[in-house]
Amino acid sequence: MLLSKKNREILLGPLSRNNPVIVQVLGICSALAVTAKLEPAFVMAISVTAVLAFSNVIISLLRNTIPGSIRIIVQLVVVAALVIIVDQVLKAYAYDVSKQLSVFVGLIITNCILMGRLEAFALGHGPWESFLDGVGNGIGYGLILVIVAFFRELLGSGTLFGYPVVPQCLYDWGYQNNGLMILPPMALITVACIIWVHRLRNKDLQEK
Amino acid sequence: MKTLRNYLDKIKPNFMPGGKWAMFRSVFEGFETFLYVPATTSRSGVHIHDSIDTKRTMSVVILALMPALLFGMYNVGYQHYLAIGELSAVGFWTIFFFGFLAVLPKIIVSYVVGLGIEFVVAQWRGHEIQEGFLVSGILIPLIVPVDTPLWMIAVATAFAVIFAKEVFGGTGMNIFNVALVTRAFLFFAYPSKMSGDEVFVRTADTFGLGAGRVVDTFTGATPLGQVATHSGGDLVLHNIVGEPLSTLDYFLGLIPGSIGETSMLAILLGAVVLLWTGIASWRVMLSVFVGGLAMGALASLFPSTVYPGSMLSPIDQICLGGFAFAAVFMATDPVTGARTRTGQYIYGFLIGVIAILIRVYNTGYPEGAMLAVLLMNVFAPLIDYFVVEGNIKRRLKRARKA
Repeated sequence: MLLSKKNREILLGPLSRNNPVIVQVLGICSALAVTAKLEPAFVMAISVTAVLAFSNVIISLLRNTIPGSIRIIVQLVVVAALVIIVDQVLKAYAYDVSKQLSVFVGLIITNCILMGRLEAFALGHGPWESFLDGVGNGIGYGLILVIVAFFRELLGSGTLFGYPVVPQCLYDWGYQNNGLMILPPMALITVACIIWVHRLRNKDLQEK
Repeated sequence: MKTLRNYLDKIKPNFMPGGKWAMFRSVFEGFETFLYVPATTSRSGVHIHDSIDTKRTMSVVILALMPALLFGMYNVGYQHYLAIGELSAVGFWTIFFFGFLAVLPKIIVSYVVGLGIEFVVAQWRGHEIQEGFLVSGILIPLIVPVDTPLWMIAVATAFAVIFAKEVFGGTGMNIFNVALVTRAFLFFAYPSKMSGDEVFVRTADTFGLGAGRVVDTFTGATPLGQVATHSGGDLVLHNIVGEPLSTLDYFLGLIPGSIGETSMLAILLGAVVLLWTGIASWRVMLSVFVGGLAMGALASLFPSTVYPGSMLSPIDQICLGGFAFAAVFMATDPVTGARTRTGQYIYGFLIGVIAILIRVYNTGYPEGAMLAVLLMNVFAPLIDYFVVEGNIKRRLKRARKA
């Protein structure tokens, strides 16, 4: 009942076939901004998942009482409140990462994925489904963020989670880290490559 | 020549559909049409064909690049022997041979990687092999410093061919100049190997040739590198062993720089070939130089020690760095440039202006020609759009009056 076939689809669909970043192309800005290193990307993924899941639940609970004409404002208030909580938690327990993420935690409020899920899903479904939808979309977003950050940190800095992984002997032979990978354009190209591979594997997603 | 033609005819059936190597048809056709003008003709309607097709066009451009390439090879050797203080001890051919050995691996790497990707993509999609890389492959070695590692050139070439060309649909479809994307990739990804004082003059030996100790007065900075780091006082540029340089030296090009860009003279020889055969647009070429001179003159009207580039004369501005090379071989790329006549004037003029603007007023970049051409590549379709719109409007107005 709790994880019926339909609910499983709600939870797992956004991971691949309905992915918010590579299929719906939402939330691209933050995917470019926070993926130079794995650690901030990982924290950002968790933050967005948390905010998305709980704001989905809250809006879903309120969905019959919110007047249609002011629903965007209500949604923004709920999301903003949750974002501030996340921001404060990060400042308290992960200060360094919170400094790296700087304004982008606050900017979760304007993340298109959030408004999209609240409008398209939470306003029309019960709290449990909305929770699953939020978690699924959050993880789908986070997955792409972590993949992008993996390649960018590996090729751009030669490290993963800050630990050097490119052996010193490669540097001695003349290998150099690719400085372009640290710059935002390569995040866009990395996302494009992921979309490319994804569409090669899912032919029905290819546009005619 | 006859035997080659006969040989091609003999092996041709193997590559036709049904033959044993039919899957490599595109490779065969690529070579055949490169060697001989194809015998196929149009079958319907009336067509006027120029005798010069894309492959022949590319060959002329390569011919036009030869003076810059050969001079570049000589200059690589010249700078090397000047740096180790043995210039008077070695002859012309030793100097040239050193440069030849230093530059050849770059040409091979650029062609092998770029053409390799083109061949694979052509096979994969069942296309003919496209000839666009013939020129890009020789432009790439000409616009990098001599000491840029080969693997970096390989990575950058692969990136440019895939992401600047193949994803847009191959030759003739690209938005950005492929060779310049390669250079931009190298420039931003590996800045320490693309700029600074260490890479423009080869001080080590090449395959054992020309070993020696660098003289004490050696500094490897290019003239524009010296401009960028200059502070206060009069601006006097000097060569790698500290002798002052004149405008004639900038023009002849025995100065450190990327391999093919240093000699204005060699580049102008190439320009003559391109203009005489009608391959390149004289409108673009001329207006790039006009734009550069105009911006150079404007900058030199307000010389300032904060922006040492503004102390150069306009003539020096267009002789130094990659400006002339970009004007003759990069801006005139017919695929990425503007096509309408008025548009070509605007396009070229803005390239010239922006190149000098970046060079003088952005202290982060000693040279702006690459960025100027790439930037204007983006605007070329927009310029063309407005030129066409303006033309339509003017004609409509005329029609209403009558």
